[in-house]
Amino acid sequence: MEIPVDLAMGRYGAYVWSSVGLTLLVLVYNAWSAYAALRDARRRLRRARADQAAR
Amino acid sequence: MSDGWSFTRWSAGILPAWAHRLASPPHFYALAGRLTPWFAWPAAVLMAVGLFAGLFVAPTDHQQGDAFRIIYVHVPSAWLSMSSYAIVAGAAAVGLIWRIKLAHWVAHAAAPVGASFTFLALATGSIWGKPMWGTWWVWDARLTAELVLLFLFLGYLALADAFDDPRKGDRASGVLALVGVVNLPIIKYSVDWWSTLHQPATITALGKRAITIEMLWPLLLMWLGATLFLVAVTLTRARAITLERERAQAWVGEAL
Repeated sequence: MEIPVDLAMGRYGAYVWSSVGLTLLVLVYNAWSAYAALRDARRRLRRARADQAAR
Repeated sequence: MSDGWSFTRWSAGILPAWAHRLASPPHFYALAGRLTPWFAWPAAVLMAVGLFAGLFVAPTDHQQGDAFRIIYVHVPSAWLSMSSYAIVAGAAAVGLIWRIKLAHWVAHAAAPVGASFTFLALATGSIWGKPMWGTWWVWDARLTAELVLLFLFLGYLALADAFDDPRKGDRASGVLALVGVVNLPIIKYSVDWWSTLHQPATITALGKRAITIEMLWPLLLMWLGATLFLVAVTLTRARAITLERERAQAWVGEAL
């Protein structure tokens, strides 16, 4: 199967796509870790307050 | 204790009322929560359009071929690495001068994102360097200064977490952030001050640019999208830090 010219990026496909892939990976990780930090902080505090109320 | 003149007290008077209000953790937490989607969704759309246009619509460079398309991820990362550091240092300065704890938390929130963008700028620059320069790395002034920026971010993050009392960590890391500001002009002007392998600025403030408009607009979309992304992620991280640091306060129970 022939790779379309646009995807092959001339003879630089490996360089271009690895850069793009790495960038997307880092962006997604940043967005996810920020969201997870806020979600975990909320969960921890809710649990701590529930424990405190139960005592 | 002296009751005399102090810069902190005097200068607090010149801050606008909204700045004082914004420094209130419950107000910031609520406001940041409302604003974040307004930054996050446009960021996703702008970066998607900018990246697609950069990869498939922009014309091929006559010298670099398609390898030039790496600039659509490299250049915004490099710009954002410096902007992030300016945010960290600016927020740290506000925290140190006006003793606004929230400013330190914003600095802590922006630092990991800034470190990520700096890593991306170095990594994508290195990937571009291999086919263009024939090497992954050279100890060029621009590259070395950008590497120093990564170490500054990592040092800032390590120092912020190095103390049992987080307020001491805020102050120590804030001072380091301010000292590190000297690296920003070095990164920016390294290509003018020294003979470097790294090419000069593609776009300057005076409006001179080295690329055509067809190549430029996707780059500007990527830059704008990445800037909004930085704001959205920083606000989200700052909200998490605010909750953790204010956990003993009554407002936190209402906000959960």
